[in-house]
Amino acid sequence: MKKGAIIPLVIFAVLVAFLAIGLGLKPREVPSPFIDKAVPEFSLPKLMQEGQTISPADLKGQVWMLNVFASWCVSCRAEHEVLSRFIRTEKVPVLGLNYKDEPSDAKKWLAALGNPYQHIAVDYDGKAGIDLGVYGVPETFVVDKKGIIRHKVTGPVYEETVRDTLLPLILKLREEQG
Amino acid sequence: MIPEIGHFALVLALVIALVQSVFPILGTVTNNAQWVAMAKPTARAQLLFMSIAFACLVISFLDSDFSVRYVANNSNTLMPTIYKVSAVWGAHEGSLLLWGLILSVWAALVSIFSKGISAVMLARVLSVMGMIGVGFLLFMLLTSNPFERLFPIPAEGRTLNPLLQDPGLAIHPPMLYMGYVGFSVAFAFAIAAMLGGKLDAAWARWARPWTNVAWVFLTIGIALGSWWAYYELGWGGWWFWDPVENASLMPWLVGTALIHSLAVSEKRAAFKSWTVLLAIFAFSLSLLGTFLVRSGVLTSVHAFASDPERGLFILIFLVLVVGSSLVLYAIRAPKLRSTGTFSVISREVGLLVNNVVLVAMTATVLLGTLYPLFIDALGMGKISVGPPYFNTLSLPLGIVLFSAMGFGLFLRWKKDKPERLFAKVRWVLLLALIIAFLVPILFMESFTVKAALGVFLASWVSLTALLWVQEQGRSPFKLPLAIWGAAIAHIGMAVTVAGISLTSMYSVEKDVRLDKGETYEMAGYLFAFNGVEKVQGPNYIAQRGEIVITRKGEAIATLHPEKRNYGQGTMPMTEAGIDGGFFRDLFVALGEPLGEQAWSLRLYHKPVVNWIWLGAALMSLGGFLAAFDKRYRMVRRRSQKLTPKQSDALAATATKQEVTA
Amino acid sequence: MRALLLSCLCTVLLLGAVNAQAEADALTFKTAESEADYNALINELRCLVCQNQNLAGSDADLAKDLRAQVYDMVESGQSRSDVVDYMVTRYGDFVLYRPAFKLKTVLLWLGPVVFLLLALWFVIRWVRKQPAKPVETLNETQRETVRDLLDKHK
Repeated sequence: MKKGAIIPLVIFAVLVAFLAIGLGLKPREVPSPFIDKAVPEFSLPKLMQEGQTISPADLKGQVWMLNVFASWCVSCRAEHEVLSRFIRTEKVPVLGLNYKDEPSDAKKWLAALGNPYQHIAVDYDGKAGIDLGVYGVPETFVVDKKGIIRHKVTGPVYEETVRDTLLPLILKLREEQG
Repeated sequence: MIPEIGHFALVLALVIALVQSVFPILGTVTNNAQWVAMAKPTARAQLLFMSIAFACLVISFLDSDFSVRYVANNSNTLMPTIYKVSAVWGAHEGSLLLWGLILSVWAALVSIFSKGISAVMLARVLSVMGMIGVGFLLFMLLTSNPFERLFPIPAEGRTLNPLLQDPGLAIHPPMLYMGYVGFSVAFAFAIAAMLGGKLDAAWARWARPWTNVAWVFLTIGIALGSWWAYYELGWGGWWFWDPVENASLMPWLVGTALIHSLAVSEKRAAFKSWTVLLAIFAFSLSLLGTFLVRSGVLTSVHAFASDPERGLFILIFLVLVVGSSLVLYAIRAPKLRSTGTFSVISREVGLLVNNVVLVAMTATVLLGTLYPLFIDALGMGKISVGPPYFNTLSLPLGIVLFSAMGFGLFLRWKKDKPERLFAKVRWVLLLALIIAFLVPILFMESFTVKAALGVFLASWVSLTALLWVQEQGRSPFKLPLAIWGAAIAHIGMAVTVAGISLTSMYSVEKDVRLDKGETYEMAGYLFAFNGVEKVQGPNYIAQRGEIVITRKGEAIATLHPEKRNYGQGTMPMTEAGIDGGFFRDLFVALGEPLGEQAWSLRLYHKPVVNWIWLGAALMSLGGFLAAFDKRYRMVRRRSQKLTPKQSDALAATATKQEVTA
Repeated sequence: MRALLLSCLCTVLLLGAVNAQAEADALTFKTAESEADYNALINELRCLVCQNQNLAGSDADLAKDLRAQVYDMVESGQSRSDVVDYMVTRYGDFVLYRPAFKLKTVLLWLGPVVFLLLALWFVIRWVRKQPAKPVETLNETQRETVRDLLDKHK
């Protein structure tokens, strides 16, 4: 068993390598299975325009974002300024998904903080959220001209996220054919 | 002042640990007897200062000294005293201090109960333990200081997680740590033996009682955790294969292999290198567990801390300790040739099968626990591996293990005859089969193959254990403790498995909506719901329900399940109402209010569920008895008259007078 | 050996999923089968917002919503694999506590089989490779010590 004596050491070394890599990973972040797939359909009432509905098909042909938010969500408040500025500066159409919220609360929240959304859909029971694979709030999806989801941000959008990920991606997608 | 003393004690403990790690072992190389002799006093001084540090932290909690950040984060003035004490080890920093304290306790005990171990060997053992102590002390002082101050001093602390405010869970970590850390003794002996280059039976004999005791504590710790999960979490489950749970199970599995392997190494000059490797594995898994629980690398409800920075420190420590021991092993392995010979049907082979199956089980648990990490690290996405996986795979491995367990007790050393074996066990097999068919039919509602299988294996192991005791020939009371220990431990394992099989297959669970005054019938019992009232506790407000259980008109029990709110943004806690019994548990938990007087309730009938922990208690008793077998005590007594060299020589011979245990 | 035979005869079966439920939902089911499906599913689906809990054991909002979704699907007659597909489409493989048998989980599911086979091969190899050396005998010092002791303790 002489040569075999080195096997435990080798296995240990491989294990340590994985554990070391593991220190840099985020085990709780779940990637979206919708990347490079069509954005799931939904047709929900609009928050601001009573009686009307909105669906992703309405935004086909442009590069747009879907932002899941709620008035009870603390992190949404935290990302609001960064997100709004980005939307304003780059003129990105954004569909806000008001997730499991009271419409009156949402309206108050937007009135206080500002409304950056082009359209707002009311997902009262969270069904549309489930169809999108939403598991936390806020979440932001980037959709291309063909209606394919190209990226998802889980958690609040920070300056770095905008600078390093969203802005370059939006610009790139705009170059693509519709 | 007290926190400063505590902090200073930690620093002094570190200095002593450094001396303990360096001088004795250097002394063995340079033949400096004085340095070698420093092992014992430094180990005992280490215990002194760790105790002072620990006492200071306890006092800080009892005084509710919120100028200490750790106290402020984990305690408040309203908490009952017992939980102020258990809060000491309720979170990351304090639990590390407990780890370090227990390490110093074990090292001091080794330094005391070491008559007959040569000074050189003892020096190596205690130096290795000192090195481990250095690692933990550095970890504490550099990254996780329990005495760190908080300014401004808050008027009131937060609270100990309400889940931990429970007697069972209070004692669970100390028991576990006694086990994890206890394996460091076997580890240290293995290293010392490898360094000495002489791996005769002596090191196995010395290591064996320590390892047995460590194993007992780990068994108790795991059983307590499981039992607590059952009665506290309110969902009738008792094991979820959570990464932290697995982190405690893996050293236990390897520890079980180790205690069996030490038996072989002690009695027969066989398995030398294998036993050393197991000793390294057992402690490595303890350290790995420490890493997994505190680094944030795996997601778990039990995780103490999710700090990659701290994780890196532990990983480096792990690499140093385990890496160097495996390098030493690779170098020394050629010298560890076993000389015993044995045939295919022999006790040696039986124990070897035991060992490798346990290691295969450990590897399986490790694979399942770390697989999501492997996949993620390779950029292949995120998957989950949970109870369905582990439950499915435990079954075949468990079957192989249990089948071997029955035979193993009877096998003779070196060479045995299959005919003799089957002559002994064929009646047992028949009896076990009959029991396996009868129990589900007679006592449970229906027959299931899985339950029958579990009962069969459990009966097989228990009956062979009893038969083995009987075949020793002498009066049971004159048998050595080692025999009793082994038999009781095996029976304990069987009882646990029987409990697991029967309760998994035959538990009945119902979620019902009941109005005040309504009744529900389940499993032959009538549950009457008498509503819910508000109750004030020392540091919580509770909704307390009353359920009266009767059976055919006869009163069985009145249960008071509660839903407690401990305030300060904590989750509401469910305290189940349980009528516990030897043959079944009746379990009631409050759900949600559904209207004026109506509530949703969860009702369980769980047959023989307590056998799971009763079996663990038996296993612990068995292990304990075996550790205190008189031959260990006798060696100590005898060896007091011998020089260490003589007693090493004595221990190296396998005497015929001893029984085959 | 009988032990091996026994283990071959027994098929690999699920050892009864651990039953867990967060708060009592007090649901009613059309058939016993749909109830069994529901319980099995909520035990095997993972709660995405929790620190390692299944849907059954979690009090989180999303877990409640997903349990309701499972209930609706099961009551409307859909099969377990329908529900599993639904969840995996939306949340990926992460949501399954029973890892799907795919290329990337081959090592996971077959690994333990390999471990067991390796273990048994190890035993066979060890037994075959017995060293030819004679059993260790005592040297002179050891013999003397033993003689002295036996004399002392007679």
